[in-house]
Amino acid sequence: MKTADNVALCVRNFSKHYGDGCAYCMDEDAVLDRNICPECGTIHACSDISFDLHKGEILGIVGESGSGKSTLMKMLYFDQEASSGEYHLADFLDGDRDVLKLSSRQKRQIRNEILGMVYQNPVYGLKMEFSAISNIAEKLIASGSRNVGDMTATGDHFLGKVNIPLNRKYEPPVNFSGGMQQRVQIAKALSNYPPVLLLDEVTTGLDLSVQADVLELIKEIQRELGISMIVVSHDLAIIRMLCDRTMVMLDGSVIESGITDQILEDPQHAYTQQLVYSIL
Amino acid sequence: MRQNYAFLDENSKKEIRRKTLKAISIPGYQVPFASRELPIARGWGTGGLQLTLSLIGQADILKVIDQGSDESVNAVNIRRLIQDTTGVTDTIHTDEATLIQSRHRIPEVPLKPYQILVLQVPLPEPLRPVEPSERITKQLHADKEYSGAWLRLFEQIMRYGSITDDADYPVLVGGRYVMAPSPIPRFDNPKLEGNDGLILLGAGREKKIYAVPPYTTVTSLAFLDHPFEVESFDDVTCRESGLTGVYMDELIDETTGETYYMTNDTSYMIEEMNKEGSVK
Ligand SMILES: Nc1ncnc2c1ncn2[C@@H]1O[C@H](COP(=O)(O)OP(=O)(O)O)[C@@H](O)[C@H]1O
Ligand SMILES: [Mg+2]
Ligand SMILES: [Zn+2]
Repeated sequence: MKTADNVALCVRNFSKHYGDGCAYCMDEDAVLDRNICPECGTIHACSDISFDLHKGEILGIVGESGSGKSTLMKMLYFDQEASSGEYHLADFLDGDRDVLKLSSRQKRQIRNEILGMVYQNPVYGLKMEFSAISNIAEKLIASGSRNVGDMTATGDHFLGKVNIPLNRKYEPPVNFSGGMQQRVQIAKALSNYPPVLLLDEVTTGLDLSVQADVLELIKEIQRELGISMIVVSHDLAIIRMLCDRTMVMLDGSVIESGITDQILEDPQHAYTQQLVYSIL
Repeated sequence: MRQNYAFLDENSKKEIRRKTLKAISIPGYQVPFASRELPIARGWGTGGLQLTLSLIGQADILKVIDQGSDESVNAVNIRRLIQDTTGVTDTIHTDEATLIQSRHRIPEVPLKPYQILVLQVPLPEPLRPVEPSERITKQLHADKEYSGAWLRLFEQIMRYGSITDDADYPVLVGGRYVMAPSPIPRFDNPKLEGNDGLILLGAGREKKIYAVPPYTTVTSLAFLDHPFEVESFDDVTCRESGLTGVYMDELIDETTGETYYMTNDTSYMIEEMNKEGSVK
């Protein structure tokens, strides 16, 4: 399988279970108690997920807490190993290889060079005690840069882009507000211009006014750099603001997907209908 | 009770020699070993001592130095333990020795093909300052992911304008493993490379053995625009011997309050002073 010309990232039959599974729940038609196997207690955090991320689009993933959104993002970023499935990236050998089958070192290289990740909790994405500028340099170093002058110039550029005053670049993020930490994380993830950016609940927990700033920033970056993005949120309002296409997840499965506007106008699944009416 | 030759029992020595062979076959890779109890507290050179004890034969000629001195209390204690349990001949002359155990220095006299230099190591893991978990640092070595080691150096440049690691400055061994060279001064880093003799490093408390075999490339980590530099002693003169360009201690004359310099490798200094036509 090769990715189509307009596809940046392609996932087929992605699954992740916590626990060994049993004969009952490994059957495709098994009925689970939400995402838990009633026979063996295995948690099926993601079940049989397939989708394409188009080049230059923002794809939204919406669903309530526990629906498997973060697990999916972690598998895409190799933080978690997928239990099964296939995963192709256009920027790795033209999407020719299933990157799940690569060595740990090659996966690390993809993570460093092709992907960017912004976590809900900045603690996972930043070294809180290192200066803001060094945090950005970490991504640049990992993707191969060995020139301090180049890295500080790039760091300054991206800190400026996310509105961190440059007189604070030598301060560690631990001194910053939550919104500022999130902006440093975004600057870091973008710093080597990765073709694919993953954002997991990046505005959850921020004040509403700060949320709006961060969302505006994400849109602006996407317009300017044309990076393909996956944006995860439990909040359909945020997805509506950012995303061209949307997938709705429930209990580890994708229950509905399509153009965001269409989903909002004409939700098919009862759960999606409930979500849509709650924000209207 | 009869004391075993070289204190350790034969099985322990065999195990250490096997681990040493493994270390030699994978230059710079930290090989775990079952560190033994010795009548010296851990952290006082027990890693180096176990290497020495497991390697020493009756024909060996031993030299023990601590920060360049053959006569410091630590050097004397370690030498006495080895001699009491083996009866081997000792020397202060670097060229005469076949086995040299050292703390925090590589002798000024280049190693010869018949020599093994054993360095005592307190902290073998170069990634520890950025990653507390041993399981993760092992994976990082496997993936050749050394961003953390570079990041530390980068952060020093950001904070202090230059790299402040004066000792235990990290090196890349054989183009593969980043290694802590033990707290030798930067001045000694170039002496790790391309030796005629074998260098072994032992950490007793951390239970690791690693090696720099003869003729191995060893490069100190450095950014393109911040080249690696050693301390320069070209413009200072040893008060005792008139030597210049060797590693020196900066001392203060208690009566005059003036700073002066003295060669740190004392046996080298004595040899130079005894040469005909020496400066003093
Ligand atoms: N490490 C783990 N071990 C066991 N269960 C987990 C683990 N991580 C997540 N889960 C479970 O997987 C399911 C999906 O979690 P998650 O992906 O975090 O959902 P979301 O991000 O949509 O809130 C939940 O039932 C959660 O409890
Ligand atoms: Mg989540
Ligand atoms: Zn089951």
